[in-house]
Amino acid sequence: MISSNLPALQIVIPLLSAPICVILRDRRIVWAFAQLITLFAFGCAVALTVQVLQTGPISYEIGNWQAPWGIEYRIDLLNAFMLIIVSAIGAITMPYARVSVAKEIPQERIYLFYTMYLLSMTGLLGIAITGDAFNLFVFLEISALSSYVLISLGEDRRALTAAYRYLVMGTLGATFYIIGVGLMYMMTGTLNMADLVGRLPGVAHTTTILAALAFITCGVSLKLALFPLHLWLPNAYAFAPSVVTVFLAATATKVSVYVLLRVFFTIFGGVDLFIDSHLADILMALALVGMFTMSAVAIYQKNLKRMLAFSSVAQIGYMVLGISFVSVLGLTGTIIHLFNHALMKGALFMALGCIVFRTGSVDIKDMAGMGRRMPVTMAAFVVAGLSMIGVPLTVGFVSKWYLVLAALEQDAWWIALLVLLSSLLAVVYIWRVIEVAYFRPVPEGAPPIKEAPLSMLLPMWLLTGGAVFFGVHSTLTVDIARAAATFLLGDRQ
Amino acid sequence: MKQRPVLRVSSKFLIAPILLFALYVQFHGDFGPGGGFQAGVIFASAFILYAIIFGVSNARKVMPAWLTRILLSTGVLIYGGTGLACVLMGGAYLDYGVLLHDPVHGQELGIMLIEFGVGTTVSSAMITIFFNFAGQD
Repeated sequence: MISSNLPALQIVIPLLSAPICVILRDRRIVWAFAQLITLFAFGCAVALTVQVLQTGPISYEIGNWQAPWGIEYRIDLLNAFMLIIVSAIGAITMPYARVSVAKEIPQERIYLFYTMYLLSMTGLLGIAITGDAFNLFVFLEISALSSYVLISLGEDRRALTAAYRYLVMGTLGATFYIIGVGLMYMMTGTLNMADLVGRLPGVAHTTTILAALAFITCGVSLKLALFPLHLWLPNAYAFAPSVVTVFLAATATKVSVYVLLRVFFTIFGGVDLFIDSHLADILMALALVGMFTMSAVAIYQKNLKRMLAFSSVAQIGYMVLGISFVSVLGLTGTIIHLFNHALMKGALFMALGCIVFRTGSVDIKDMAGMGRRMPVTMAAFVVAGLSMIGVPLTVGFVSKWYLVLAALEQDAWWIALLVLLSSLLAVVYIWRVIEVAYFRPVPEGAPPIKEAPLSMLLPMWLLTGGAVFFGVHSTLTVDIARAAATFLLGDRQ
Repeated sequence: MKQRPVLRVSSKFLIAPILLFALYVQFHGDFGPGGGFQAGVIFASAFILYAIIFGVSNARKVMPAWLTRILLSTGVLIYGGTGLACVLMGGAYLDYGVLLHDPVHGQELGIMLIEFGVGTTVSSAMITIFFNFAGQD
């Protein structure tokens, strides 16, 4: 009974726990409850992945309404992997959240934070699990609306404008997506992804379908902050509470990349529109420009959260670059980078959250001597930073390795060169922090500060350890990513 | 509004029928036009009318913030709980057919329950939104 209903429980349990948080209200009880639910979601995702590995794709019909008419949850290796990423980050961030949230968010609003956190996680899990193009839009809105609230909970008043800007851009993105889905519905009469695959080839030559693809690509690109549609992201990440930045940076944009993969290679899998319309070339150009300009902008940021936010936009460039190769190697690079980037960016933002917790500032000038003042936190920052650069034995290296291989496979040696060159920019912005933190003396008269509490250090080191572990034992994640990429491309390879 | 007896008296006449009509729309939703969302809005409009005529603070006495907050959550929980009940009784999520021994009656009961959940949440959401905006000085 439970195992056959796992796909529904994966979504329904976090969804229903959000209103329960509103009723519970007490911040300690709500935290414990949310922790329990996130762990349950993670368990669910693991069980689903095991099931998919054993029996192949799972289909679940909500309310027993048959697939093309009713809403279908369809889980293959790619969604299962996404479910694991989102729920794992969701569960790991929770122990970290308790003290950090108590410090950064007014006490009477803490229960709201956990409510919105669970809703946001529900939305992201829902986007990943659903096999229905319209249902995906509903979950897109659930996750987006709750993340606007989460961002606006930031201490700085600028968090409100950042959230508002994200709201405007996010709504535009969602509207574009739904216009695209509407156009496809007009031509095919179906919203089910698996059904669309079969029906699109018949109408693929029409301008309507081309417009649908364009609308969806623009809309989702807004959501995933592809250069030059990234303008909402830096401030939203910089002024949101630390925990929110950790969670959103590690999951939200990744899920949007998943939507792109799903649209390009599943829904439009039966037609060659993605290649014929030169969309792949456009995405490749934007990805390359984004990788360089955003890394360069990151170098000049004084606020370190903003710096990492720009770095995130640059990293999204790598993921989109992988998509634009339209090859198994390229997609493997993208899918594995979804996971790897979640690990290392999560760890980096957690390190900044620890520093905010003790000093209240993430300005580069306040980092002087931080290597001695908070050694454990800064050590994690260094390791995760090395991974961001792409040093061997870390996950960052694995992702870039596959991207370079994919470029070389298509004789695009200049792209391989550009990937390596852009990594040098990452060296600059990470080294800048390390230099200030380790080679500048602690400023005179600075109050002594303690290391961050253990409940924040452990999740941070769990992610940092993961960034090294999966960098050394990369076969586990690479195998899943490669199988998912092969499955996505199907007979197109 | 103290000096406008016509409005005060006529609104008192209207509020009870509005609430009754909301319940009619709520429970008649499975036979004719209507359902939880419309019923919720109509139900909330009675409270909003009262708040416009007699002041938000008076209306707050009937519908305090803690109550709307609980009702907001309960509605969602009724909806989702119905779905989970279907799972516990051996069906798929929101498969009302299994709720009673006869699938047709099960479907009817299921749709009634979730519409009731929708109505609860929508009405308390409307009331909360209005009170929050009207309560600002």
